[in-house]
Amino acid sequence: MSQRIPVTELTPDFRGRAKEALADGQLRHNFRVAMDSLMTKRANAFPDVDEREGLRELGNRIKAGALSRLPDLLEQLEQKLTENGVKVHWAETVEEANSLVHGIIEARKGRQVVKGKSMVSEEMEMNDYLAERGVECLESDMGEYIVQLDNEKPSHIIMPAIHKNARQVSKLFHDKLGEPETEDVNQLIQIGRRTLRRKFMEADVGVSGVNFAIAETGTLLLVENEGNGRMSTTAPPVHIAVTGIEKVVPNLRDVVPLVSLLTRSALGQPITTYVNLISGPRKPDELDGPEEVHLVLLDNGRTGAFADAQMRQTLNCIRCGACMNHCPVYTRVGGHTYGEVYPGPIGKIITPHMAGLNKVPDHPSASSLCGACGEVCPVKIPIPELLQRLRQENVKDPKQPQQVKGGGAKFSRTERWIWRGWRMLNARPGLYRSFLWAATRFRALAPKKVGPWTKNHSAPVPARRSLHDLAARHLDRNGGRPS
Amino acid sequence: MSARANILGKLRNSLAGTTARPDEFDEQLVTAPWRYAPEDRIARLRSLMEAVHTEVHQCRSDNWPERVAELLNKRNLNNLLCAPGKEYGRELRAHFEATEQTVDLLAYDQPVEAWKEELFWNVEASLTSTLGGIAATGTLVLWPDRHEPRLMSLVPPVHIALLKASEIHDNLYDMMVAQNWAAGLPTNVLLVSGPSKTADIEQVLAYGAHGPRELIVLVLEDV
Repeated sequence: MSQRIPVTELTPDFRGRAKEALADGQLRHNFRVAMDSLMTKRANAFPDVDEREGLRELGNRIKAGALSRLPDLLEQLEQKLTENGVKVHWAETVEEANSLVHGIIEARKGRQVVKGKSMVSEEMEMNDYLAERGVECLESDMGEYIVQLDNEKPSHIIMPAIHKNARQVSKLFHDKLGEPETEDVNQLIQIGRRTLRRKFMEADVGVSGVNFAIAETGTLLLVENEGNGRMSTTAPPVHIAVTGIEKVVPNLRDVVPLVSLLTRSALGQPITTYVNLISGPRKPDELDGPEEVHLVLLDNGRTGAFADAQMRQTLNCIRCGACMNHCPVYTRVGGHTYGEVYPGPIGKIITPHMAGLNKVPDHPSASSLCGACGEVCPVKIPIPELLQRLRQENVKDPKQPQQVKGGGAKFSRTERWIWRGWRMLNARPGLYRSFLWAATRFRALAPKKVGPWTKNHSAPVPARRSLHDLAARHLDRNGGRPS
Repeated sequence: MSARANILGKLRNSLAGTTARPDEFDEQLVTAPWRYAPEDRIARLRSLMEAVHTEVHQCRSDNWPERVAELLNKRNLNNLLCAPGKEYGRELRAHFEATEQTVDLLAYDQPVEAWKEELFWNVEASLTSTLGGIAATGTLVLWPDRHEPRLMSLVPPVHIALLKASEIHDNLYDMMVAQNWAAGLPTNVLLVSGPSKTADIEQVLAYGAHGPRELIVLVLEDV
């Protein structure tokens, strides 16, 4: 159905897209306003710093604990879900996951799918996969619906259409749905409600993501405000949930702090309108709910991140989006600039494991390392530390075995030699003194252009005399006393 | 090798030589900040729910059907989906018959497939019970069952929920422990904290996205 125009792929690299985004005043305004408001809402949702920090620490421990016994938990989850009547499937790649989902739909001769919001299905590009096979896959989250209607991809993981304003949505609904133009947000939402309600009723299959999968009880937990998640998982006769293998938590009680951290960090809400805990398909004596419930557990590079104890922390992520809301780079360049499913700080540390670092070589450096992302992360992922690690992996010798998929893409022999020279210079006092002498005396010969630096800055010129010289002369004048 | 074996194999391989971290759950962190004096629970729940456009009414456990009739009449609603198989459903029916209300009382007494079209387009309001409430977050807890199926609290544009004042817990943790949820959950548990809403366009809050436009809570206090 939807022939996606890969708008974000027209400019192939991060730098080019960043330049375009920075020149787009409307886009920058939309993001600035939205991110300011989300930051304020989060701050207001955590009025007590001690309470917040205690909860973040607990969130971190629960996720780290879960990862420390992930394979056992996945088996427990599978067993419990199976007992509850849910069918569990495993997929190493997005191709496998798509094929599993398509297989389930085919078995029911399904033609129409409604989808609740799911970032994993974005990883899979499920809509396109199914469309190519004659299955209509319609997004039902208002933001996702708007984005899909415009052949775009989400620009934020919680607020997919945050880059658009009401006027742009109005025009879109007018062009695509023939609705009269209105900038009244309530009316725009009612257009979406009417259109999608019929789809919920008619759909053969509902697809959703999962926020937390509870091993103890075999339960899939979903949070949402709109009700489209409940519609997608309840109204159609088949429900397929797709999720990453890292979403499992050991016990039901663990979701109490995690849901609180998630909704407060993401939207500043004490809780979302709906928290939907699904533990099985319709029982024989029940009158609604899906007849079949499936869970597809997807790897897609996660086991690669898991293999490295430091990188493993990436999998703590509960997808709240607070890191992007607080990121000065994301706020300025917007989500599409990243060109990948997950934008912003979390995207920069998770994408390399999925797509390969060589596909996103500029991402680890697109950060001022200000540390805001790490400070607000509800499960305490040390994002700045992981970005620095990825910068190192980026310049490793490609001939050596790589610890991150696609590492070594930015390796440069010249850069290596420069650093080697720099090290030698600093390790040999005689050489260092000669260099200083030469650099200060022949400062006029300093290069006027030094790579990308001089695009926006004036070139650095050595001082007339080195600090070393000045200090020595000062001490001479004072007879050896410092002052 | 299956995908399952490969994934589990890779994970086990990466964990070789490590020990699982101990369970460090600290219930104080999720309960201590969320404790209320019994007399404050209703006020807390009420203020949070009203902040997200929920209408909350306090009634007596013997006069709530009157209030339901008033609410429906005020909105000119023609029908109400309720559960005649439950005690409250019988009370409501008795009251409506005695007072000759014109509102049709509908029952969800057949599989959804048999009346999906009608449920989605013609049912104007629904009434359900709740398992309890949560003061900390202003939340209703629903355990759908045969009498009150899952879609009953979702599809009709107006949802009226009955909440017994005595079943309002301080926080979610207390409630799930007190009722031992971990021992077995129904196929679907719902925490509902207001009418359906979205802020997906310019972050402007709009109610009635896909679920009920209106949520009305009747807090029933014992006589």
